Amino acid sequence: MALKTWRELPTGCVVFEPGSASEYHTGSWRSQRPVWNNQKCIKCGICYVYCPEGCVQQSEDGFFQADMDYCKGCGICAHECWPRAITMIEEG
Amino acid sequence: MAKRIGMEVAVAVAEAVGLCDIDMAAVYPITPQSHIAEHLSDLVADGKINAEFVTVESEHSAMSAVIGASGTGARSYTATSSQGLMLMHELLPIASAMRLPITMAIANRAVSGPLNILNDHSDIMPQRDSGWISIFVENAQEAIDMSIIAFKIAEHKDVMLPVNINIDGFQLTHMVEPFEMPTQEEVNKFLPPFVPHATLHPAKPVTMGAFAMSDYFAEIMKAKNEALKNSKKVILEVWDEWAKLFGRGYKPVETYMAEDAEVLMLTMGSMGETAQMAIDALRAKGVKAGLIKLRLWRPFPFEEIKAAIKNAKKLIVTDRAVSFGGPGGPVFSEIKSALYAETHRPAIYDYIYGLGGRDVPVSDFIGMFERVLEDTGNKLVDTYEFWGVRE
Repeated sequence: MALKTWRELPTGCVVFEPGSASEYHTGSWRSQRPVWNNQKCIKCGICYVYCPEGCVQQSEDGFFQADMDYCKGCGICAHECWPRAITMIEEG
Repeated sequence: MAKRIGMEVAVAVAEAVGLCDIDMAAVYPITPQSHIAEHLSDLVADGKINAEFVTVESEHSAMSAVIGASGTGARSYTATSSQGLMLMHELLPIASAMRLPITMAIANRAVSGPLNILNDHSDIMPQRDSGWISIFVENAQEAIDMSIIAFKIAEHKDVMLPVNINIDGFQLTHMVEPFEMPTQEEVNKFLPPFVPHATLHPAKPVTMGAFAMSDYFAEIMKAKNEALKNSKKVILEVWDEWAKLFGRGYKPVETYMAEDAEVLMLTMGSMGETAQMAIDALRAKGVKAGLIKLRLWRPFPFEEIKAAIKNAKKLIVTDRAVSFGGPGGPVFSEIKSALYAETHRPAIYDYIYGLGGRDVPVSDFIGMFERVLEDTGNKLVDTYEFWGVRE
């Protein structure tokens, strides 16, 4: 997406498209990613509750995964996971 | 035709704002602005104007409330002074970045410390770079006229910026002066309804004040700067329109006996009238003295200043605030940078005066002229001095 010039900005930078923040992929900020060990996971959903981006989703089998388009790699899910099923690993 | 009446200026400002069909006001009282807050809340409580008066617990909340209200499309007003303005400081650039046409009166007062409630310009000067249109008034009539005009400038579709009107605390706010108050019909004719560029409404969701990273921040700053610079065109148009309707014209830079003046003085705000008396006295003695009064502080009127100064040999800039550790007062710095690239530059001097409400009689202005005239060897050029300070 081409960046707008200063002349093309709307007055006061008002955003007229609701929900357009989803077009911004905060996943590009990430230096670490969460990896779930489903043998330890008890499907409690605390990672889902605590994720500040709301990017943790539950799969049909009841386990969890993060949407890497939005996961910033903050590690809160790993910190909160009390069965220690989530490990943060360095991005390549 | 409006009739000439006498009234305390702060009360008159509230009366003038009351003619402007405001939707809301959030004003936290602070000396010497309090009479604006009091009288405006009276007008609302007495049902004389159909507006919401939001009582807030601080100036930070007052500015936050008018930002929110303006975002919904409400014509919003506030007023403050000194410490109250300092408390609003954080929000001022947000109001201008969101292009919300808020109007604010500032009853200029010294900033602590030490605590002082009297008049100088040390409250507005730190707000200079907030992206607001900033106007200084000289007397009651100007305070009233600008209080009405400010809405039209701010809300113009090519401007959409907040405006502050600087009214010297006590020296103006607490004086009873004669003036003409426009009638409701006249104001209705002059001031169209506010048409916002966007509004916060559940039926049509928008985001105001969104986050921006380094990929956009500079473009946004440039757009805001261009908007403020371009607002001068509209300011001039609206002032001309006012002149046609009411017979009182305003310019970014007013001059008095400046055409053939060899020594010019520059003032801002209410001191201009006293300085004018000094010019009369000096002219009577054969001194070619003249005065320029800077009304528009932001956007800064570079061309008008250069035109007003072009024939002078010496220029006395007067400042009512200190830029601690800086090159002189804030007005001095601005004028010097405006003249730097000019081939003809007058010898320039700066006097910092009238701090914390200290009285400045006509004789003080004459004294400044005499000091500069005695400086035949230009030894004092480019220097600043605290006028009248005990050594």
